[in-house]
Amino acid sequence: MTTNTRTTSGTSRPRHANRKPGGHGERLVQWTFVLPMMLFLLLFFCYPVLRNLTMSFQEWTVASFYEGGSPFVGLDNYIALVTDPIFGRAVLNTALFTTGSLLFQFVIGLGLAVFFQRRFPLSGTLRGLMLLPWLLPLVVSGAVFRWIYDEGFGVLNQLLLGLHLISDPIPWLSSTQYALTSAIIANIWVGVPFNLVILHSGLQAVPASLYEAAALDGAGPWQRFRMITLPLLRPVIAIVLMLGLIYTLKVFDMIMILTGGGPANASETLTTWSFALSFEEFDFGQGAAVGNLLIVIALVFALLYLRSIRNTFSSQGERG
Amino acid sequence: MTTTRRVGNTVVGVLLVLVFLAPVYWMINVSLQSSDALLRTPPAWFPFDPTWSGYAEALRTQGSHLATSLVIALGTVVFTLLVSAPAAYALARFRLRGTLALVLVVLLVQMVPGIVMANSLYPIFSGVGLLDSYPGMILADSTLTVPFAVLILRTFMSGVPGELIEAARVDGCGQWRTFGSVVLPVCRNAVITAGLFSFLFAWADFLFAVSFTTGNTIQPITVGIYRFVGNQTTNWNGVMATAVLASIPAAVLLLTAQRYVAAGITGGGVKE
Repeated sequence: MTTNTRTTSGTSRPRHANRKPGGHGERLVQWTFVLPMMLFLLLFFCYPVLRNLTMSFQEWTVASFYEGGSPFVGLDNYIALVTDPIFGRAVLNTALFTTGSLLFQFVIGLGLAVFFQRRFPLSGTLRGLMLLPWLLPLVVSGAVFRWIYDEGFGVLNQLLLGLHLISDPIPWLSSTQYALTSAIIANIWVGVPFNLVILHSGLQAVPASLYEAAALDGAGPWQRFRMITLPLLRPVIAIVLMLGLIYTLKVFDMIMILTGGGPANASETLTTWSFALSFEEFDFGQGAAVGNLLIVIALVFALLYLRSIRNTFSSQGERG
Repeated sequence: MTTTRRVGNTVVGVLLVLVFLAPVYWMINVSLQSSDALLRTPPAWFPFDPTWSGYAEALRTQGSHLATSLVIALGTVVFTLLVSAPAAYALARFRLRGTLALVLVVLLVQMVPGIVMANSLYPIFSGVGLLDSYPGMILADSTLTVPFAVLILRTFMSGVPGELIEAARVDGCGQWRTFGSVVLPVCRNAVITAGLFSFLFAWADFLFAVSFTTGNTIQPITVGIYRFVGNQTTNWNGVMATAVLASIPAAVLLLTAQRYVAAGITGGGVKE
């Protein structure tokens, strides 16, 4: 980096005449700042995404790697996918996983954010500790929940048995009935801190005078929450839900380590299915096709997200 | 508010944290008990008879994977900062044509599902020999960290006082010199934040790790844990000890840089 800095400023030094802002040489030097990132984006985003698109129209298997043949098959991959019985299952699971995670992450996150809005000793420290689940590697959280859910020795069943809420241990991860719910619960735990932080910073922006005025007018806590907090928080809520949705759509680690998408595809989502098609069945063409479906869904919500932050975004752009 | 109510809130807050962090408590608790103790039901609520055997096994079987992840994560930090710090400065400061569009692109690429990247990078990496290699993992993980770092650094860098930059320019500093000796030192905290998060993202990455390290030559800790959990039958203390060791970067970040964490979540607003 040091050498880089030296040479570049060295070569631009003689062009003193061009140093006025917006001068031609100046512009070129300015572009050298962005060039590495643009190259990286081209090589590691644009090219792979395009490659993924073309792969989805090809028969791309193990042989393609060794012999190089990957015949064009048109829409065959897509047709194979939608006629696969797993397709409906994976779409439904993705929808359930996403809405279930989002709903509870948001409600719990909002409740905690409202609570930590109060001023009391250790408030900041305690709120900070709550961030830990978000910072832990997902594989670590997944491993911990694997033990918690363990049918024989896990603490969850032992707790429920001890409280006489159940009479037999529940096979949380190994039954088709509970696998998806178990994965959703673990994922809710991971996502609460994200909601808590963003909603809490949103709450900080609500003027305290509004609450005082409402309290003087005789509004109770619930009324204040409904008439002041919720409406003023709406833009932040939109962002939290939109981002949460985009991230939850592509959750992979948690499901993979808990259930691997099983048993019998009971917890298979589009993401884990795409992985299974490519990296377990070595049908990269079909894996790519599922991936493209995910891109389209993510893009729709990404555009909604960009619309919702347009105002903050353009004001930042002007400042820069 | 009365003192009793404030103290009451603290008590409720502590209880909420205890309940919420119970899984973390169990991770540490289980990691300190012997495998035999863990096969008894109900499980011990506290490691009354703590043993380090889980940690000994974790280091013996997973130590090399921890080292692998360390190299990958540090490499990702260096590469990410080299690419994104100048770009963020340009996007924050220079009025270049198309910069606003470029910021939009950086926002959008974060929405590309990781599985799509894994799927398409695999044949590409296979073709150029980047599978099972440190450079391959560093480049792959950088797709998670570069957009994030650009966005967070850009926010900070647009807050640098213009007078500082002007002064350096008047003194005859070139653009890069100004950037290196004025902007970067002033934005040191932002650079640290971006670096810490890049480290954490690369350290925690599982999808690329499991897709691109097919052999046994290099194996990051996330894959190590995944295989450990898959193989284990009664060895929960070893698994949990590994999980604790793999949590150290997150814990360090939380304890030493708590205020940056909130800034990171709200500023970049992204995690896989």
